[in-house]
Amino acid sequence: MAELTMIEAIRAALFRALEEDPDIVIFGEDVGIDGGVFRATDGLIQRFGAARVRDTPLSETVIAGVAVGAAAHGLRPVAEIQFMGFIYSAIDQLVNHAARLRNRTRGRLGCPMVLRAPFGGGVKAPEHHSESMEAMLAHIPGLRVVIPSSPTRAYGLLLAAIRDPDPVVFLEPKRLYRSVSEAVEDNGKALPLDRAFVLREGGDVTLVTWGAMVQESREAADLLADEGIFAEMIDLGTLKPYDRATVRDSVRKTGRCVIVHEAPLTAGFGAEIAADLAEHCLTSLLAPVRRVAGYDTVMPYPRLERHYMPSTARVVNAVRSVMEFT
Amino acid sequence: MVEQQPSPSISGFLDATAEVRRPLPDFAKDRATLVEMYAAMVLTRAFDTKAIALQRTGRLGTYASSLGQEAIGVGVASAMRPEDVFLPSFREHGAQLVRGVTLDELLLYWGGDERGNDFKGPRQDFPVCIPVASQFPHAAGVALAMKQKGEPGVAVAVAGDGATSKGDFYEAMNIVGAWQLPAVFVINNNQWAISVRRKDQTAAETLAQKAVAAGLPGEQVDGNDVIAVREAVGRALDRARAGEGGALIECLSYRLGDHTTADDASRYREEEEVSPRWKEEPVARLRKYLTDAHSWSKTDEEELLRSCREDVETAAERYLATGPEAARAMFDTLFAEMPADLAAPAEGLENG
Repeated sequence: MAELTMIEAIRAALFRALEEDPDIVIFGEDVGIDGGVFRATDGLIQRFGAARVRDTPLSETVIAGVAVGAAAHGLRPVAEIQFMGFIYSAIDQLVNHAARLRNRTRGRLGCPMVLRAPFGGGVKAPEHHSESMEAMLAHIPGLRVVIPSSPTRAYGLLLAAIRDPDPVVFLEPKRLYRSVSEAVEDNGKALPLDRAFVLREGGDVTLVTWGAMVQESREAADLLADEGIFAEMIDLGTLKPYDRATVRDSVRKTGRCVIVHEAPLTAGFGAEIAADLAEHCLTSLLAPVRRVAGYDTVMPYPRLERHYMPSTARVVNAVRSVMEFT
Repeated sequence: MVEQQPSPSISGFLDATAEVRRPLPDFAKDRATLVEMYAAMVLTRAFDTKAIALQRTGRLGTYASSLGQEAIGVGVASAMRPEDVFLPSFREHGAQLVRGVTLDELLLYWGGDERGNDFKGPRQDFPVCIPVASQFPHAAGVALAMKQKGEPGVAVAVAGDGATSKGDFYEAMNIVGAWQLPAVFVINNNQWAISVRRKDQTAAETLAQKAVAAGLPGEQVDGNDVIAVREAVGRALDRARAGEGGALIECLSYRLGDHTTADDASRYREEEEVSPRWKEEPVARLRKYLTDAHSWSKTDEEELLRSCREDVETAAERYLATGPEAARAMFDTLFAEMPADLAAPAEGLENG
């Protein structure tokens, strides 16, 4: 079994998908000969040709809109937005078309497309390259929002997203692209969508997170374990549709919940989780639900970004505060 | 002042008085073909009239009439083949009818029922696109799928003059050019984008010239001459089908009615501007030509009007007798398979 980084696992999944389904096409800016700015599509054009791995003109509107049209007419596009910071001009296509085509035609036309985009901070990228705006996408009915947090889950979830008959936005935490590697079996097996992953079991507090923040959450859980506090750690994997049952079950067991996300606090996806717990698990809660999140500020430039992004210490402190709550 | 009257330089076959300006294309020498196109335009107008009446009496939603622009929809769709894909704006009922969308489906759609988009006829055609110009990238995507799969079809998208101010329009034309995709873009230039005049929309002398930037051929045709529309679109389709790429066609027409039933055009345009335009409208023009050249009689005309009205009336009766879907229909086709997250609310709805 090969040791793969997340970017290599993504590439392996794309390679496998192109091999197994002739209707899959990949397109985006610089995905061809350049292999993508992060090399997610490295070597694919050489193996599968320029008809199936296409460099688009520089237009995010067109990347998303062409994906919608192609998907509705029998292709399975896997399109790339180079950075999530440039996805906004494609939002019209996601909200008004991709997410609603099946519904508004009562099933006559579908939209089996994947829109991949690197997102999140921590790599000292230029302005507009580091935001985490997943909650905005999770608000769109009819759209799946999937975020992997490891090479294994990137491989399995991307295959699942590509095989899914409905549109998926696949957000890749670019801080993890090369920072970790693990054994990934390139066996073509998809992981389930719409299902959260319980990464660690524990009885004292539930940590709910996704994407790159799994790193800080795991470090926090390790430190807390040394103090005798055992955290159950849940990686949502798919933000929307949201696997409420897994989170509720865990919180009913632990009675405490800390949600960790890099995105801004207000109206972040943590708010939905906290609200759901308030509605459904109130009698199980031993402490208020806490959120550790980015601030409601503009994402700072690289010199200040580490102050913006939730740190392991902030997660540990939040957990301590809910443990101490009486 | 930008030229807005169809001038002699603009491709057309019948002038406003139905005189033949240049030799007709072969299809237009066939009486049956012309009668078929004429009947489709008359049906479109009958549908428009009924739809507005239904809306005014609270039995249909906001509706966008195509009054005066029937030749564009009918000309475009009659040039297309069944295997092509049509991507309409909200004013191309005529084209949809010719493509095989039923009157009942159109009424359901405009009456606020998604089943109106579940066409039983042209299964691959797109539903009406409301966000202006956003269907052009879809047409490029459909064309990509056709090219990739070796299908002989062409994607045909129509939008209004206002749509040419949007990035979607330029960006989609650009990729059609760059990738040499079989997509034909048609502009229904009815001179008005709600209350904004064509001359205030853009300083470009023509809308067709916007194709130049994308490396596509662009041309203006007299959009009130159904023969000209069909001929120009037919040429573009042949070219696209032969692998020679896309095209832009600007059809010059005039919006004789309001933008929609929610609009009151008297707020921004004078009646004196509108009335002369009635002399150029496409239905009377073709009728006159049929009468002059193909012995279209008063009886033929009366019979056609009667049959169109009857079709529209019976469709309206069926529409009005159709109850809404069960409320849970809003959940049922959101995803191919309903996610667990939606099952509970869908169930809750069912149980009141």
